[in-house]
Amino acid sequence: MLINYLMVALGAAFGVLARFSLSNWIKRRWSHDFPLPTFIINVSGSLALGLITGLGIGVHASLLLGTGFMGAYTTFSTFTMESVSLNRRKKKRVFYSYLISSYVLGIAAVFLGTSLGAATRSLLGM
Amino acid sequence: MYSKEVHLVIDALLVLFGVLGALSRYSLSLIIHVPYHFPLATLIINLLGCFILAFVTRFLIWIPRVSPKLVAVFGTGFVGSFTTFSTFSLESFALIQSNHYLEAAIYLLLSGFGGLAASALGFRLSKILLIKQRRRLRHAD
Repeated sequence: MLINYLMVALGAAFGVLARFSLSNWIKRRWSHDFPLPTFIINVSGSLALGLITGLGIGVHASLLLGTGFMGAYTTFSTFTMESVSLNRRKKKRVFYSYLISSYVLGIAAVFLGTSLGAATRSLLGM
Repeated sequence: MYSKEVHLVIDALLVLFGVLGALSRYSLSLIIHVPYHFPLATLIINLLGCFILAFVTRFLIWIPRVSPKLVAVFGTGFVGSFTTFSTFSLESFALIQSNHYLEAAIYLLLSGFGGLAASALGFRLSKILLIKQRRRLRHAD
């Protein structure tokens, strides 16, 4: 029981640092209205979580990498706050494209990830 | 710019808040009962997070002696790790894949519009509290 919480905590420690570092790195190179850092983080995290699910790794590994790392790496609250901010600044087109592309590509990334994971799994005879 | 030591403290706080946020999410997901095929736990977690982030960023920065940097680290660390986009995508995909289109549509719409509404509610509450506080300060003069 305690080991489950430890796995989530350990994964989250690295996940939050990965989000913070990558977000700052992209922010220094991106000056448009579209919130690219969070977008890349959320879509890549969805792809990775799909991959983890498709591979069918064990419970502890899944808590470490999925619930812990990917859960902390991706974020829904920042995504929503950025949308609200775009809406307030009357950037309607960016607002809609951000919302729709995040949802559509997030789900498509999970599909791609689970398919790749399942294919790898059968290839390796796991 | 901040010194190296301050950066180290910020990173340490970020990790601490992040770990606490993820553990809160995990604990809540274990507690919340999931009704038939519907990812209620993630929905509640994400909406709650949107509310907290909006409230905290608007309210706490007006409180004297609370560092804006600390508020930002709490928002990015705790609320950022508490809410999750990857699980939301995975659950939406699972609903679509298992032909639960209605549930998938409801989940997407409730998360999307609900998140925006929860943020608006957080802003509104912080505004009400700040107005009350200013009135109290004026009365004290």
